[in-house]
Amino acid sequence: MNVSTAIGLAVIWPLFGGILVLLLRKRPNLREAASLTTAATQFILIATTILPVVRSGGRPVLDIVEILPGLSLSFEVEPLGMLFALVASGLWIVTTLYSIGYMRGHHEKNQTRFYFFFALAITGAVGVSFAGNVFTLFVFYEAITLSTFPLVTHHGTEEAKKAGRMYLGILIGTSIAFLFLAMVWTYVVAGTTDFRSGGILAGKLSDGNLMLLLALYAFGTGKAALMPFHRWLPAAMVAPTPVSALLHAVAVVKAGVFTIMKVSVYIFGPDLLTSTGASTWLIWVAAATIIIAGCIAIQKDNLKARLAYSTISQLSYIVLGAALATQWGIMGGSMHIVMHAFGKITLFFCAGAILVGAHKSEVSQMDGLGRKMPFTFLAFLIGSLSIIGLPPMGGSWSKWFLMLGAADAGQLMMIGVLMVGSLLSIAYLMPVVARGFFRPAPIEDSSHGEEEAHGEGEGGIREAPFFCVLPPVLTAIGCIILFFSAQGIYELLSGIG
Amino acid sequence: MHDSGLSISSHLPAFQIAVPLLSAVICVLIRKARAAWLLATTVAWAAFAGACVLLNRVILHGTISYEQGGWTPPWGIELRIDLFNALVLIIVTGICAVVISASLTSLSMEVPEKKHNLFYAAFLLCMTGLAGMTITGDVFNIFVFLEISSLSSYALISQGATRRALTSSIQYLVMGTIGGTLLLLGIGMLYMVTGTLNIVDMADQLAMVGPNRTVLVALACVTVGTSIKLAVFPLHIWLPNAYTYAPAIVTAFLAATATKVAFYVLARFIFSIFGVELAFEQLHLDRVLMPLAIVAMFAGSIVAIYQTDIKRMLAYSSVAQIGYMLLGLSMASVTGLTGGIVHLFNHALMKSGLFLVMACVLYRVGSTHIDAMRGLGKRMPFTMAAFVIAGLSMIGVPLTVGFVSKWYLVSAAMESGQWPVAVLILLSSLLAVVYIWRVVEVAYFQEAPEDAPEVKKAPIGLLVPVWTLVFAIIFFGIFTSLSAGVAGDAARMLLGAGS
Repeated sequence: MNVSTAIGLAVIWPLFGGILVLLLRKRPNLREAASLTTAATQFILIATTILPVVRSGGRPVLDIVEILPGLSLSFEVEPLGMLFALVASGLWIVTTLYSIGYMRGHHEKNQTRFYFFFALAITGAVGVSFAGNVFTLFVFYEAITLSTFPLVTHHGTEEAKKAGRMYLGILIGTSIAFLFLAMVWTYVVAGTTDFRSGGILAGKLSDGNLMLLLALYAFGTGKAALMPFHRWLPAAMVAPTPVSALLHAVAVVKAGVFTIMKVSVYIFGPDLLTSTGASTWLIWVAAATIIIAGCIAIQKDNLKARLAYSTISQLSYIVLGAALATQWGIMGGSMHIVMHAFGKITLFFCAGAILVGAHKSEVSQMDGLGRKMPFTFLAFLIGSLSIIGLPPMGGSWSKWFLMLGAADAGQLMMIGVLMVGSLLSIAYLMPVVARGFFRPAPIEDSSHGEEEAHGEGEGGIREAPFFCVLPPVLTAIGCIILFFSAQGIYELLSGIG
Repeated sequence: MHDSGLSISSHLPAFQIAVPLLSAVICVLIRKARAAWLLATTVAWAAFAGACVLLNRVILHGTISYEQGGWTPPWGIELRIDLFNALVLIIVTGICAVVISASLTSLSMEVPEKKHNLFYAAFLLCMTGLAGMTITGDVFNIFVFLEISSLSSYALISQGATRRALTSSIQYLVMGTIGGTLLLLGIGMLYMVTGTLNIVDMADQLAMVGPNRTVLVALACVTVGTSIKLAVFPLHIWLPNAYTYAPAIVTAFLAATATKVAFYVLARFIFSIFGVELAFEQLHLDRVLMPLAIVAMFAGSIVAIYQTDIKRMLAYSSVAQIGYMLLGLSMASVTGLTGGIVHLFNHALMKSGLFLVMACVLYRVGSTHIDAMRGLGKRMPFTMAAFVIAGLSMIGVPLTVGFVSKWYLVSAAMESGQWPVAVLILLSSLLAVVYIWRVVEVAYFQEAPEDAPEVKKAPIGLLVPVWTLVFAIIFFGIFTSLSAGVAGDAARMLLGAGS
């Protein structure tokens, strides 16, 4: 197949899947099979047709239509986008498996709508990752926001409605007020919004204006959850857990940090950023977000809320990498997109499994649960270690490169910030595992789980449904594999710039 | 190819006026509601087709000058079609055609059937007037056609189901007459100074005369007069009532055409007659229009947020959107004017689409109060989906027409270094998020009240026009050569002619 065709197909493939889901709404099993098949074929399509070209140094292009002079809807795949697309579509497969277990196990309503908008969101994510210019990225960025809105408000309750308002208010608000402005400004100054190696802004703006433009981009990308525009992410946790897992740990938030990374590499260019110091302030904002969000996470008793703040904290590692704008910083930040994705999706899968299997959502209720749900908690442990950045988990590599990047840039303070960030993540993740395995279970527990009615008493294993447990185990294994196969990612990412 | 000699097609400009005018008379004579509708619809679609042919001809061969009765201008009355008014003509006739197609279904709810033929007669007259104002090359004719369109629109508005339609109509009549009179005064003074009524000739004469006090007063009169018809803040007070209480179909039509033609007239006077130098460099019209435009953008949107009747909400939103158009005009740069003109085109599609959605709701639920929207997301899925798409376009989401307008306006502000204006445009479009999403929330998150009668999906006769407009909103959001491309050329032409 022609690579250009493959790009177009990869972007709209989930949309077809979504339509198929709508058509099969009366037959749930076929409908889920459609989701699963779409996800799998999507991944295979991207991995077999586009990946080889990009790995061999190609930058396949697909121009769709020129909307205004110099402003066209077009795709160009480069290593960073390649990686993001692979992560998003690959984890979509696992998440679909998980959704089947979760949505049925948790007796959710409106499942057709759920799978439909889920597929739409993936189209948005792949569109963002392949975007050849800021405009195209903006189009799909907004598409993600709009298609995930029905997912966030899935339950239709008053709480969901409020969360939806915050979600839309911050994401649409920042993107229209800042990102749009940044995009038009770039266009007016440079005459194009194309992503090009080395950037398109050199010599076009004064240092102060560069800083301002970067601020418009960084804060305009609300999905990156940079403080103070982070509140939508905890609010979005009212969504069903598969949504939190794939979208609010991978697709949506990574689309945000991906945007910042891509803009700093291909619009500003690392050389421009380092020579003018336009991104120095962003380093500090990212650092502050890492630490503050980490501190808040410790105080959250609700597991999903804790994970949400952990995500905010971890996202800023990637922003930090982009802001450092050194070779290692960019490498570490980009790699963290993958590593954090696998780690965090594992944790969310586990949180959902605990909810479905044991009906527990608060950390303080999880005493002794590890012995009932050993696979879930083991997966949680592995995911946590990867987030913290300990070998032999994938997360250790990205943190290592970020440290190198900070040292390279002469930002020794940032090494300290990275270490504190890791310590904080130990403090908010480990207690969950520790409670689960080492604390005795409370006595009153046996009244729960009417549906399952195992009757095996305190000591028996009572995991969530199979489809809820398998995915976190898979992604946890993925975290370990990533540690040993980081070489491939490293080589792919070396082509950035 | 079409221009072989004096074939029928060379008289096409005259047909744009003559055919609807005669058909209006026939409508009065027919008396059968359905036959009158069929005639009006056919005429409207034919006029639209004619407008498309005319635009194509202008693009290919340049400005068309049609001498009525064979009298050469400046003595004879000229119909003069260039890129700018060809585009406006397309909007007027196109929206008229779509809306009138929907009226067979929608009107039966609001207007008794025995009055339908008169309704269609007034409708066609209104279209005649608007088309006439658009394509005439004679300033006095602008006034004549303005009165034709205004008088027929007062009649149309008064057909609303409640008695408040009557007072709204009278309010509009009073305001509209003041506006028309001011315009006439301005035209009279211009005639005094230049001795001609032909637009091109008048511009030439004015350039020779140079600015004197009479010319300045004429400019003031014309600007204020058309601003009333355009509903420029704070001269907009007639608009919310008129749009709220008129039959839904009439609102969908007037919102997309009447104010747009007024905008056209204002731009024509400023750029083609007075010229940029007089209007902006000597008189600093921008210092008046720009603040008013910005205030309108905010005031209109903020007031819209607090409305409980959705038709009224959309009416106030129109006040805000007119602000955007005026803002583009007041920047007097190619990009800015392009933004103004393209927003004229785009807003016509969005707003008539939204008002037609309200026509659907009114038809099935019987009210356009926000409480009536409860649960409509499930009960009228296609109708509300259309609302969401048109609403997203109002917000300025990419791949819809709203984005294109915003893009031009913001980049125009940036090009001229007017940073605060760029920021204000974007901030005001956030207000659109609020008022649009308010409706979406009610429609999708609130359940219909228990005692609500069962609501069926909207009838196909309304859904097809609605979705035609929705399709246009997306189509022209992606393929902009017709809207933005022509608007850009028109703006270059207007500014080139002025200097």
